[in-house]
Amino acid sequence: MADFDLVLSNALLVNPELDSIVEGTLAVSDGRIAAMGKDVPTDSGALQIDCAGACLAPGIVDIGVKIGEPGERHKESFGSAARAAAAGGVTTIVTRPDTTPPIDNPETLQFFQQRARAAAKVRIKPMAALTKERAGSEMTEINLLLDVGAVAFSDCDSPVRDGKVMSRCLSYCSQHGALVIGHPQEPDLSRHACATAGPFAVLMGIPTVSSQAEMMGLERDLALVAMTQARYHADQITTAAALPVLERYLDNGCNVTAGTSIHHLTLNEFDIAGYRTFYKVKPPLRAESDRQATVDALARGLISVISSMHTPQDEESKRLPFESAASGAVALETLLPAALRLHHTDGLGLPTLFRALSLNPSRLLELGTGRLSPGAPADLVLFDPDKPYTLDRTKLHSKSRNTPFDGQVLQGQVLRTFRAGQEIFRNDT
Amino acid sequence: MRFRSMTFSARHLLGIESMPAADILTILDLADSYAELNRGQFKRTSILEGMTQINMFFENSTRTQASFELAGKRLGADVMNLHVATSSVGKGETLIDTAMTLNAMRPDLLVVRHPMSGAVNLLAQKVDCAVVNAGDGRHEHPTQALLDALTIRRSTGRVSGLTVAICGDIQHSRVARSNLLLLSKMQNRVRLVGPRTLIPDAFGELGADIFHDMESGLKDVDIVMMLRLQEERMSGAFVPSLREYFHLFGLDSEKLAVANPAAIVMHPGPMNRGVEIDGTLADDINRSVISSQVEMGVAVRMAVLHLLTTASTRSELTD
Repeated sequence: MADFDLVLSNALLVNPELDSIVEGTLAVSDGRIAAMGKDVPTDSGALQIDCAGACLAPGIVDIGVKIGEPGERHKESFGSAARAAAAGGVTTIVTRPDTTPPIDNPETLQFFQQRARAAAKVRIKPMAALTKERAGSEMTEINLLLDVGAVAFSDCDSPVRDGKVMSRCLSYCSQHGALVIGHPQEPDLSRHACATAGPFAVLMGIPTVSSQAEMMGLERDLALVAMTQARYHADQITTAAALPVLERYLDNGCNVTAGTSIHHLTLNEFDIAGYRTFYKVKPPLRAESDRQATVDALARGLISVISSMHTPQDEESKRLPFESAASGAVALETLLPAALRLHHTDGLGLPTLFRALSLNPSRLLELGTGRLSPGAPADLVLFDPDKPYTLDRTKLHSKSRNTPFDGQVLQGQVLRTFRAGQEIFRNDT
Repeated sequence: MRFRSMTFSARHLLGIESMPAADILTILDLADSYAELNRGQFKRTSILEGMTQINMFFENSTRTQASFELAGKRLGADVMNLHVATSSVGKGETLIDTAMTLNAMRPDLLVVRHPMSGAVNLLAQKVDCAVVNAGDGRHEHPTQALLDALTIRRSTGRVSGLTVAICGDIQHSRVARSNLLLLSKMQNRVRLVGPRTLIPDAFGELGADIFHDMESGLKDVDIVMMLRLQEERMSGAFVPSLREYFHLFGLDSEKLAVANPAAIVMHPGPMNRGVEIDGTLADDINRSVISSQVEMGVAVRMAVLHLLTTASTRSELTD
């Protein structure tokens, strides 16, 4: 007779590894998944939860979350980010180093780790900057940063301009087995841009960038990756033009993966109508044809990771003319409901979604989570995929409420979130 | 002056894009009668008597501000001019904060110019009174397009069915955008003429015909609208040099010869003589309607201020 701590029965088990959804029970012991299936014995002294037919999936691993620590704690703290994550079914957040100051040395990273441990109930895995001050000229102490827990290296939305510097960074990271996360974007073409070039933005009279700039940035990065044999992940692929480039390098055996953001999967360039700054993100929202191509690439597995690109901004930095307003949107809590739009309207299966939300990002960073199988950490999200509700941004757990989904109807709600078998969120409504 | 029945329901004048053609005609008709008033010796009416108009300019302007000031004063309003010094940072805070402060003083009309696209829309969301966009970034300059339409109608007798060439720096021009929108709404053919570096390709998808040389661009057109080329764009970044630009795109009587013989020449001012337009041509009273544009500017702005205040009075009464 197994000795379980927690038994979740009557669930729909969404298994991204097996690409399956089956009815059954999942039992947890010592923070790990101990058993699952149709006939798991449930008569032990474990805590019993009847899932009433709701979906149970591996907790989301979100690569590219901005926390306001250090520097902008009024926008988001570890505590608030973790609460938002738990409420969104995100059990691991992989943080961005584009803080103030940036996380570009082991001391800052150590401080960050201490704060993270003290405040957070979800797993927090930090990325570190690829170059000092994210300035694109000198590489950071890759090895020392790895020692204090950096899981990947990225200069976030400021790509390393100098090809020589970038190739050295890639070589050096490759020597240490470190993953580099790039932001494919031709930096000069996209300078000052806050919308995608096209008839819509041109009438608004705001600076634009051609969608080709992403393809050019990706081509440059991947050529250097092929040259240096580095491990590379593109943070956000958002245009149709970039996809053939990605495909070509993958066919040539490059060690490359690509992600995209939830906003580029669910919104398009028309959403910035009326100069609504909550829709200002980086890269800017794209044409509907680009959005569809991105969704299609996700379905085919060419794009393998969905991220929230959670970027908290306070009201002051958004209540500005479009050009001077800050970029970014909060998305930890809306990531899953927004991703479910792809299930409801674009026909993506739930296992496919959770491959991109949980399994693939976890594999990329070798975290061991993101799976529903015995022995895996019991990081889980229980959700109702169909329940509709209207998002009220004032009810978000983030300190910043800059969501583009305010007032919109979302379908799908997180019911409970578990980290290592411990409940870290329960929806009481 | 004549009284007519007018239907005009807009609360603000933020741009041509959202304005129905009927409203455009209402403004032009009323502006026509104000143009007559302005030609008389006694130029004052009491339509805005007791009302307060604040001109808030976040960007330098001489003629537009003077035009709005005169328009307000001739309608009997108390007009205040406010120059808001801008630095490159914190413009936005200044914008919202200044708007809230001014709003508390209960003006009836705010006339706003701002260097950033969309800034006037943003401001309009924060105040209770009517807001007139006097130019926002590269976005819109609706009263310029209206005064151009009035000038065209008075010169040619119509404001539809014409072929209009807008020439020069289209990309950075709010005048070009508002004119393109207005002229298309009124069923004119619009051509955009200029170097490729100054006309984003996307304009072609907005119904305009794009030309990169003056000879084909001006062929048989009824109206030639020249735009100002900003000084910082003359040397190197967008065009190689001033003289090459004038050589290719500067309007002179030779280039104008391919246009309709009765074609008129317009310019929103201030002109760079010898850059986008030949000085002699600009002064040719048989071709150039540039000073008429300035005159119609006051009339159109009087009409706009008049219509917006009666609209807002109406909505206040029903509240």
